[in-house]
Amino acid sequence: MTVAPPPMVEAQGISKRYYLGDPSFFQRATSPNASSLGARAGDEPGTFWCLRDVSFSVKRGDVVGLLGRNGAGKSTLLKILSRITEPTRGRITLRGRVASLLEVGTGFHPDLTGRENIYLNGAILGMRRAEIAAKFDEIVQFAEVGAFLDTPVKRYSSGMFVRLAFAVAAHLEPEILLIDEVLAVGDAAFQKKCLGKMDEVAHQHGRTVFFVSHNLGAVRALCNTAILLEHGTVAMQGTPNEVIAKYLSSAVPDEAGGYVSWPDDGTGPGGEEVRFASITIMDEKGERSAFFEAGQPITVELRYRVQKRIRGARFEVFVNTSEGELAFSATDHLKQSELLEPGLYRSVYTIPGGLLNRRGYYLTACGDVPGERYLIPLREYLSFTVGGAGNQSSLFPEPWPGVVCPRIDCRVERIS
Amino acid sequence: MAQPNHSAGTATGYEIIIEPNKGWLRVNWRELWEYRDLLFLLVRRDFLAKYKQTLLGPIWFILQPLLSAVVMSIAFHKVAGISTGKIPPLLFNLCALLPWAYFSQNVTTGAATFTANAHLFGKVYFPRLLVPVSSVLSNLFAFGLQVAVFVFFYVWFAAQGAPIHAGWAALLALPLMVVVSALSLGVSLLLAASTARFRDFSHLTPVLLQLWMFASPVFYPMELFTRNPTWSWLAWANPMAPIVEHYRTVLLGDGVWNPAMLGVSAGVSLITLVLGVLAFNRAERTVVDSL
Repeated sequence: MTVAPPPMVEAQGISKRYYLGDPSFFQRATSPNASSLGARAGDEPGTFWCLRDVSFSVKRGDVVGLLGRNGAGKSTLLKILSRITEPTRGRITLRGRVASLLEVGTGFHPDLTGRENIYLNGAILGMRRAEIAAKFDEIVQFAEVGAFLDTPVKRYSSGMFVRLAFAVAAHLEPEILLIDEVLAVGDAAFQKKCLGKMDEVAHQHGRTVFFVSHNLGAVRALCNTAILLEHGTVAMQGTPNEVIAKYLSSAVPDEAGGYVSWPDDGTGPGGEEVRFASITIMDEKGERSAFFEAGQPITVELRYRVQKRIRGARFEVFVNTSEGELAFSATDHLKQSELLEPGLYRSVYTIPGGLLNRRGYYLTACGDVPGERYLIPLREYLSFTVGGAGNQSSLFPEPWPGVVCPRIDCRVERIS
Repeated sequence: MAQPNHSAGTATGYEIIIEPNKGWLRVNWRELWEYRDLLFLLVRRDFLAKYKQTLLGPIWFILQPLLSAVVMSIAFHKVAGISTGKIPPLLFNLCALLPWAYFSQNVTTGAATFTANAHLFGKVYFPRLLVPVSSVLSNLFAFGLQVAVFVFFYVWFAAQGAPIHAGWAALLALPLMVVVSALSLGVSLLLAASTARFRDFSHLTPVLLQLWMFASPVFYPMELFTRNPTWSWLAWANPMAPIVEHYRTVLLGDGVWNPAMLGVSAGVSLITLVLGVLAFNRAERTVVDSL
């Protein structure tokens, strides 16, 4: 008789209430009305439920992608799972050692050397000293900081710092690993290395991993199951493909019409140097849309606000199918000026008509200095659909395979 | 995907239950023991960071108590005219400052545990109790430097013929240090837990320490209030009072000798420590929500 083993992580009815603003006694007593943010009738005024009755269970060896819009409760759920804070209601059972990686380089001390920080950070993340010592060489090699091992980390470049910090975290060996969007740092080559390492951790070592990311491609590549959070509740748990499709379709309401923009107040995606101002997808006539005729060209416009002079920046767009497969990418590299002075800029990309297949796509975009660092991390922004007539597949009623569907010339001849 | 693997599922025997906190008595001793390496590394971090910050870093640890001993010798003994008996005022003050400066340093850093580590605590879990415990340990470094200063002046004044004599009783300074550590940890845990709930407490800590210092016989002999019927209760009520006084008794051979008073002090310290651990343990579980 084999009985199924108990789930590795079991969450039952997790709810978390936050007090809006400062939870001082005075404010609690006098708060006039609850914010509309998540508040419902019957709630204590001045509070809102960030998570409501969240339940799920995860098997040993599962790699779980946690998806959701900003404010859906992903971070709070991760904080509860990693025991940084407690739920207001509910119960979670974790059947193994847990380590969380909610930020790269937590607890690094700038005055200490790389060597000293490896030990300190490892211990903060839950490793024993002997464990760290055993993996020390591996960590140093992975981080590629060998020559600077005895230099205080405050003298490290940001790239080196991030590599070292990730290297320590990547060598944790807990049974349950929680990771929050930490991969949106470092250069592209290092990101690839990190994804490879995570893949190894999950699939070869059979650990259970929770992975919060806006990088749908990574979720699709690494995860075997996914959970979608919407307004603090579980909207769906299923295969990454199903959940990603639902996630992108649920994203439409606030971003209908192929347009998303951010005010000039430092909230747009990006950092100190540059932030996105808006992203638009337009048809031939320059009208914003989320639906395109297959034969018509599609124009993508990125607007970005440069706040500090940048050397060698480029901006890229990636078009993925709604299942997360990359169709193609485009860069403005050859048209960009070497030096960007502060100001508002735009890069416009035109996708020729008749290229895309009849299906759903989503657009991701980023800005970086090639081989050096990300200026704006890669993230998905808009989804759109291609349909109607005008490409090869529209000649046939059935769905046509392929991420793109360009017109392919074809001759048929009798040779002999 | 996952292979049904009976042994692996429970072989580690490891199970963590996350639930809303109920009650006060849920200190996870086993976990504290598992994180003992982190305690060591936190102490090492403080030590290295203090050392590396400035060349003068360690010198400040010597200068600070020395300067306050000099200033207080002038204020209390030269100006206010309080007698220190046969003991030179500087040595009198330096000796009492050994336990007091350590106590005050512990309380200052410990009370700010949550506010000073808000970012760290918001990003990673480990038993929070390790942080105040580690500062109690790493403050021993400054204490060591202070001892060196004290020994220097002890030898200096002894060579000049001051009537000071430390015998075997001087060894009693060690258990007294344990009491000071327990008391200061207890007080700082209580303050940290209160600060987590009500921010205003962070302004209270320096005032509290100031008052407490003047209520302890640091710069004057305890006789001043044991002989005064209005204030004699203070010698019993303030657990730091007998410790400060007995430091002089055992190290300089001049002062009150009252084991009963020390016993009460140790008892109060132990109770404070237990209450502090419980309050801190309760506060730590949701403290990040309000940081």
